[in-house]
Amino acid sequence: MARPPSRRPGQNRKAQYSLFASYVVAVTGALAGLLLIIIAMFDPTGFAAIRSAGAEITRPASSGLKELVSGIGTVDERIAAFYRAGSQNVSLRRQVDINRTRLIEAAAIEQENVRLKKLLKLVEEEKDEVATARLISSSSSSTRRLARLNAGRSQGAYPGMPVRAPEGLIGRIYTAGPNTSDVLLLTDSSNVVPVRRSTDNIAGISTGADDGSLQIKSLSAGRNPFKPGDILVTSGTGGLYQPNIPVAIVVRIAGDDAVAVPLASPARVEMVMVQRPFEESLARSPGTSKQQSTGRQPAAPVALPPATAPNSANTAPATSADNAVSVAQ
Amino acid sequence: MIPQGPKLGNHPSRFRLEGTPVITVMLGSMATALPVVVSSPVMPPFGLLLLLSWRLLRPELWQAWIALPLGLFDDVMSGQPLGSAMFLWTITLIGIDSTERQLYWRDYWQDWLIAAAAIIFCLSGGLLFARLTGGGGTMMLIAPQILWSVLLYPFVARQCAWLDRWRIMA
Repeated sequence: MARPPSRRPGQNRKAQYSLFASYVVAVTGALAGLLLIIIAMFDPTGFAAIRSAGAEITRPASSGLKELVSGIGTVDERIAAFYRAGSQNVSLRRQVDINRTRLIEAAAIEQENVRLKKLLKLVEEEKDEVATARLISSSSSSTRRLARLNAGRSQGAYPGMPVRAPEGLIGRIYTAGPNTSDVLLLTDSSNVVPVRRSTDNIAGISTGADDGSLQIKSLSAGRNPFKPGDILVTSGTGGLYQPNIPVAIVVRIAGDDAVAVPLASPARVEMVMVQRPFEESLARSPGTSKQQSTGRQPAAPVALPPATAPNSANTAPATSADNAVSVAQ
Repeated sequence: MIPQGPKLGNHPSRFRLEGTPVITVMLGSMATALPVVVSSPVMPPFGLLLLLSWRLLRPELWQAWIALPLGLFDDVMSGQPLGSAMFLWTITLIGIDSTERQLYWRDYWQDWLIAAAAIIFCLSGGLLFARLTGGGGTMMLIAPQILWSVLLYPFVARQCAWLDRWRIMA
């Protein structure tokens, strides 16, 4: 095939000028695009209004489709469950018997807990849930890990608020529009969460690896204390996330870091909850959330001494230890 | 399926002639609104694939500046920093314009090669811009996406050609 017709307009002056003008427009526009990126380097959540306008347009389609397909992701599990019904029934019955005993023990412990807290004159903070919504789409063609939530400012979701599912932590709100908001997932490398091992108080810092896994750095010097199978929960340090939200499970050790997988997969969770920041006085206010998103430090590195944080007293040993370590950092 | 032939005396409307390519590219950009929540960049950039298909199929259809509004729309939809596709797509179209002057013979394979180079340029440029504005990731992360975007190009180009027949027939 010969090459396509040339764009060179020949001797026609008018056509020559118009072609030249079109290139001037294109190059100027490209430079303007570059300028927008330079602005975004200093203010990543700027222009959020433009993006949320786009999100509002696609919201009806996304949320409608989401309701159609929400069952598809788990079809394989249902089929497997049908085939294994018999043997599963027996093992589940056994499990129920064991759990019943544990439940009774747990109820007793809970009662004791309430009594001890009364003795300590602690006021249990109510779990403040702002909104419950679905994740309706995500930045599936970009390297940023953002998911779109079907709730925005009019539902009370503001930038900086933690987002969790029943299974565990999902991330925090990055930008919020009128009825949609973008959630910065745990697996994005700019999302940093202070964690601790659930069994003891070994503290660490979880950073997204952008490929669906997390990197866990230990805060204690020396040998890497984590081992495969460890469950990590939020430590409450920094005041953004409530303590004891399940975060991830360690799958392998890579040198000084551990590689973990989030317990709540954003692709599978049905509903997520938007929560208020754990301690608003410690976490930065929603208005200044752009600093949070650029910061490479722990989500909110404001490690005040525990004396100024009455709410953290119920996890006092853990929190003070963590704070001491973050101050040492 | 081949579209119905033109009826005598009918001409396609101007909106159909000029709007169809623009609307298809915008629909391609809107593929990210599908209810899929993924944990790594796996979806091919359909907006870019459609833009390249139309540009290589119909060189006379667009000037290079068309990538500015289309790129801006793609940025709004994709979650990339604003200006990323705006810049990369425009540079790509200017690049294709200048390549066309150099190449004397053009073939299906040359088109594919040009599209592959454009896809690699745009996706790795997008990664660079995402890194500059607070994100992370390495080339290994987008390598699979690049691979199947390049493999998908001939299919998208074929669909474009089919749509083009419909577009110019009244």
